[in-house]
Amino acid sequence: MKAGILLFPGTNRERDMALALQRVTGVKPPMIWHGESTLPAGLDLVVLPGGFSYGDYLRCGAMAAQSPIMRAVAEFAAKGGHVLGVCNGFQILIEAGLLPGALLKNASLRFLSMDCHMKVERTDTPFTNRFKPGAVFRSTMAHGDGNYFADAAMAARLEAEGQVVLRYVTPEGAATEAANRNGSVNNIAGICSANRRVLGLMPHPENQVDPLIDGTDGLPLFESISASFATAG
Amino acid sequence: MKAYVTIMPKNGVLDPQGKAIGHALAGLGFAGVGEVRAGKVIELELAETDPAKAQAAAEAMAKKLLANTVIESFKVEVR
Repeated sequence: MKAGILLFPGTNRERDMALALQRVTGVKPPMIWHGESTLPAGLDLVVLPGGFSYGDYLRCGAMAAQSPIMRAVAEFAAKGGHVLGVCNGFQILIEAGLLPGALLKNASLRFLSMDCHMKVERTDTPFTNRFKPGAVFRSTMAHGDGNYFADAAMAARLEAEGQVVLRYVTPEGAATEAANRNGSVNNIAGICSANRRVLGLMPHPENQVDPLIDGTDGLPLFESISASFATAG
Repeated sequence: MKAYVTIMPKNGVLDPQGKAIGHALAGLGFAGVGEVRAGKVIELELAETDPAKAQAAAEAMAKKLLANTVIESFKVEVR
């Protein structure tokens, strides 16, 4: 599997993402500058890592979504390419219109830097096929604007279409209000595109890929991506 | 000429900033303040001299970048 990582001014989680990807692919992924207008040839996966692109000016991700490289990413996704956005990367995908909804300021107005638990709502996506059905895994959130919003009609449609991939839950797997620290609609932590090939999530699974550093709870996500390309040939 | 784009959270979209401002006003002793909603104003200096064209241009900018119409509504005023 060949992955590439996008870099915007203010991206700061690209190295952690590179290490996570390298762990499952054995290859150091190339970094792709936002000013580029084309993606490297033969790419299977484009990853938008976390950070604070353009200082979160206007709205988180709004400026980065207009970068030249994002036109190439939109074409890549339209042709069925796989795209993963984490934290600010998720915000950018939403602002670019590659994923539905919006991300508002956390309901508490606080920047939340803490552990969270997510339930895997479906394991038939390229990003979750190595999780057990209904799995709950621990990750870390670090964001000020991760409060997922969709109006009632859109939220119902996302649920009906199975686009809700990850939900904030208690460690026991209950989608309670207390587990939903940022106030997201329906405890939504991660959603995918209609074709399941674009995934965005606020927490950082790349933080949990090394047994010596905070465990490997996030590793199945990266193994899933690697596995889906191994089977696809 | 100048265009002023006022961007507000849509009705039904939670506005925690507005709420916090409302609480702070109450804490300062300002009575009788109902719902508070916080938005932003973006001032654009435009080379266009035709008000209708300036209006249309600013509206296109608002739709494309300045506002996120999933959560925000906007209005454009040209002066």
